[in-house]
Amino acid sequence: VIAPPHDVAAAVDEAFRREWGRVVAAVIGLTGDWDLAEECTQDAFARALATWPHDGVPDRPGAWLTTTARRRAIDRLRRTAVGERKERAVAAGDGTAPPLVDDDTSTSGVTDDRLRLIYTCCHPALGVEAQVALALRTLVGLTTAEIARAFVVPEATMAKRLVRAKQKIRLAGIPYRVPAADALPERTAAVLAVVYLLFNEGYVATAGPALARRRLCDEAVRLARMVADLMPDDPEAHGLLALLLIQHARLASRSGPDGTLVPIEEQDRSAWDRAGIAAGLAALDRALRHERVGPYQLQAAIAACHAVAPTTAETDRVEIVRLYDDLVALVPSPTIRLNRAVAVAMADGPEAGLALLDELAASGDLAGHHLLAAARADLLRRARRPAEAAPHYRAALAATDNEGEVRYLARRLAECEAAIAE
Amino acid sequence: MLLISADEDEVERTHLLDDMDRFDAWMADLRARGVLRAHEGLHPSTTATTVRVRNDEVLLTDGPFIEAKDQVGGFAIVDVADLDEAIAIAAGHPATRIGQVEIRPVREA
Repeated sequence: VIAPPHDVAAAVDEAFRREWGRVVAAVIGLTGDWDLAEECTQDAFARALATWPHDGVPDRPGAWLTTTARRRAIDRLRRTAVGERKERAVAAGDGTAPPLVDDDTSTSGVTDDRLRLIYTCCHPALGVEAQVALALRTLVGLTTAEIARAFVVPEATMAKRLVRAKQKIRLAGIPYRVPAADALPERTAAVLAVVYLLFNEGYVATAGPALARRRLCDEAVRLARMVADLMPDDPEAHGLLALLLIQHARLASRSGPDGTLVPIEEQDRSAWDRAGIAAGLAALDRALRHERVGPYQLQAAIAACHAVAPTTAETDRVEIVRLYDDLVALVPSPTIRLNRAVAVAMADGPEAGLALLDELAASGDLAGHHLLAAARADLLRRARRPAEAAPHYRAALAATDNEGEVRYLARRLAECEAAIAE
Repeated sequence: MLLISADEDEVERTHLLDDMDRFDAWMADLRARGVLRAHEGLHPSTTATTVRVRNDEVLLTDGPFIEAKDQVGGFAIVDVADLDEAIAIAAGHPATRIGQVEIRPVREA
């Protein structure tokens, strides 16, 4: 039976989303050549588009694509003079082995090549920007142009960044492997940090079109899911996935039609993606079962408290403060202390939060930061002290370029000024 | 290639005995790994002479090619499997505690 063309196109599309990273990772594993791996993977998908309409979609598209890309790579190596040496190396290794079996390696105990790929992409010897770009290109399959658009940089800049990163991997000898056990926790933290950064780049981006930012968040969630699948026993990987799923589910209601930031108490809760929240809660549940709590799990738990509450008033604020206490104990960073102060204000009233903000301001850690000024302004406004709130809104406005935040702060400032005038 | 550099005044001030012990341990580790191809320590940058040829004229400068707080004080060439091994070796050098070690791959012929 010959599948209708649109079904085949959909199958190739689906395979692209599911298998791109796996195929690239396998060919790098075979040849050690990142450019060759990308090209041969591209070729394999082109072949799929050409042959699946009359041969039918294979039972295991991933295995078909991997085998096709591997054959193509070996072919290409055979044809080039430089390839002769590499081919011998391949033949001495696993070049004669049967094609990769497309097993669901997350449960089979066999190390997925994608794990080697993601640890290599996120090697600390590469700059963070290069790490993110490499992960999006090789694991997710975004084109250079798409990555450039998402980060609002010229395509040539992004192309250069990718070329340099791959060149460094090759020339400096960054190993293609999962790190040894003693380095693993630190390196895994670096992988999760890249995924988190990618999401935040879209979530709190200071510039760029909304659509591009949305794309970054989508891809970060996909990457988080892949990482969590590849590290089934790492609770933080699942905690991060949970956090991103829950935040992603509220993305659309987080800004108004003109891009104004909408605070959570004003968000249209019926517009939240319930299925996304449910998936996030399931991931969090899975993470917490390990009973090894970490910063991502705690942040996901806080996000979950907000996400499951039917209204702002019914939010479990005491639980949120308790979670922030644990989080501050693990990560005593100024921004987390700031968020805890806001949580305390929600639970015990604005004056309690303001007292904590005073402490934080006295420490000087967030001097001149718009978040501190904005939080203080909001709490003063809630405490019905608009005359005191106004100068802090002005300070916050002066310190941020984020259009959504600027619009929100300007709106609040106008409210305060109106209240003062009354 | 490991390019070892630090603030020379700082090195002068902090050249303590345990630094020498650390250096000896570092050398012993390199020998044990069997990776050492070359290693030299250099005299301070005050002894450096920099040569440039411009319009066929040889120009000499008294001092290093770049005026910087930190100056190269030595180098080592090691034959290692990958960057991770080079990083492990570099991190063991006492100079990393006050200065730094830059790892650069050597061009293959």
